[in-house]
Amino acid sequence: MRRVLWIIAAAVAVAIPFLVPKTFYLQIVAGAYITAIAVYGLNVILGYTGLLNLGHAAFFGIGAYAVALLETKAGWPFWPALLAGCAASVVLGAMVGSVSLRTRGNYFAIFTAAVGVMIAIVFTNWQELTGGNIGIVNIPPPPSIGPLAFDGDVPKYYLVLGALALTILICRLVRHSLVGRTFVAIADNEDLARAAGIDVARVRLTAFMLSTFLAGLAGGMFAMYNGNLGPDQTGLDITFEQLLYLVIGGIGTIAGPLVGTLVLVGISHELQGMQQYRFLIFGPLLVLLVRFFPLGIAGGFSRLTARWAAR
Amino acid sequence: MHLFFQELLNGLVVGSLYALVALGLALVYGTMQIPNFAHGHLYMLGAYVAFFGVTVAHVGYWPAMLLAIVVLALVGVVLERLVFRPLRNAPEVNTIIAAVGVLFFLQTLAQVWFGGDYRVFPTPYDKVVHFAGLVATQQQLIVIAAAAVLMVALFWFLKRTLTGATIEAVAQNRAGAALVGIDPNRVSMMVFAISAGLAAAAATLIASISLISPSMGFTVILKAFAIIVLGGMGSVPGAIIGAYILAFAESFGGTYISSNYQDAIAFGVLVLILTFKPTGLFAKGT
Repeated sequence: MRRVLWIIAAAVAVAIPFLVPKTFYLQIVAGAYITAIAVYGLNVILGYTGLLNLGHAAFFGIGAYAVALLETKAGWPFWPALLAGCAASVVLGAMVGSVSLRTRGNYFAIFTAAVGVMIAIVFTNWQELTGGNIGIVNIPPPPSIGPLAFDGDVPKYYLVLGALALTILICRLVRHSLVGRTFVAIADNEDLARAAGIDVARVRLTAFMLSTFLAGLAGGMFAMYNGNLGPDQTGLDITFEQLLYLVIGGIGTIAGPLVGTLVLVGISHELQGMQQYRFLIFGPLLVLLVRFFPLGIAGGFSRLTARWAAR
Repeated sequence: MHLFFQELLNGLVVGSLYALVALGLALVYGTMQIPNFAHGHLYMLGAYVAFFGVTVAHVGYWPAMLLAIVVLALVGVVLERLVFRPLRNAPEVNTIIAAVGVLFFLQTLAQVWFGGDYRVFPTPYDKVVHFAGLVATQQQLIVIAAAAVLMVALFWFLKRTLTGATIEAVAQNRAGAALVGIDPNRVSMMVFAISAGLAAAAATLIASISLISPSMGFTVILKAFAIIVLGGMGSVPGAIIGAYILAFAESFGGTYISSNYQDAIAFGVLVLILTFKPTGLFAKGT
């Protein structure tokens, strides 16, 4: 049942460029994919280990700025720049993680929020490097590989889709691997996990690094897809927005980040004239969800199908 | 040396603002362990209520402040009752997520209702005072004095009245307080009312020095968190001392080091403290 849904979703995703008439819609969908990759990163740390990293968007920014700067200032082609961007995000993630993971609960959220805002302040103020509030423009598209060129909307769409597929695959593999199970074991009961011989600190750091890797990947994709980049993509409000997508989609699930992002981005664009009002609904919705329906859409769906199967 | 004293004065003004905001945050955290990320947006809402009190209803500066305090106290009570109380036994992360929901709502509400532009808050106290070669506006002096009065009043309330003592009792031991006949839910509502009221007072005081806008809550809240971590989460005197330390650090750091990175000082301090002391300075034994 679930496998069938995934295959249908994949088929639709591949067919979208032929189905939608305007590149405008294609851009919206691709943008949603990029956000979803970042939300998957947030899901790894929040959903699997129960820690809320409020600096997540800053790691997105590290990946994005690394790619943009390496391409525009150092003249690197996209592919090695993307690798370097992800690496930069993971290295910084390891540094921040090894310090912040010593704190717990509320302190962890506050600590990471502070780190995130500091990074965003650097993006805004280091004008010689980052272009300040204007940011970086004219980031070149990826060079072609053999006959594959990546300079149009459709090829870029497929590139983003590929990154998303890779992300979902990684998350799925990790979730069902021994490492993934230890993530959840720690989130459920830290003392018990420690008693079972799990190196809690190390496992948490692994989760944090994977999370920042995905944030960096999303950032690199963002820089590539849009061709420009500013510090407003890296602030606390962006992390909050990603958190919203995750909670609505379903924390700790495999489909949740994608479903939540697509549904909310879709609704937001349906409510065109209402764009600015949308958080009047989404804000209270978030409050209601954590209280009455903390599973989100994907979590609710699995519970439903499980009930069916039990019948 | 003259510059030094001028910065000292500025530090006092900003410190008074920070202290009032951080106090509210610390009270809520101290009694309920709720990190209220929406606190900065209550502060923003308070600024707007007072702003419309002065510009539309023409009630005058001090009545407008009183109005803002009352309105925000009510908002605080509603938030406690509808959002935070049902989540008391939920994981810590859920409380933060709910607070983020509230924050989104309030920010959008302000944007839709009041527009996104910056507004100038008119003050009747805009004359410049010269004292011993230093320059200050009357409003700056009022901020310092009013904040001091409010803090003394709060201390008197917490330490010298029976109602204040119930707050301290609930902070120390919620179940124990309930056992001796204190209604912890009533105390929680009261704490939220005081917290939001203080934020409204702070907003009214500072609004006529800086500008008001729907996003003014964002930086303030993070600084307030830095302060209460600095002062020991939930400690009231710690929040006040932390506020003035941070304000002086910013004021002098902005002048003598770099004004671009002035805002980063708070977060640098926060990161440093939590790096070396992951449970915060002066953490109560947990």
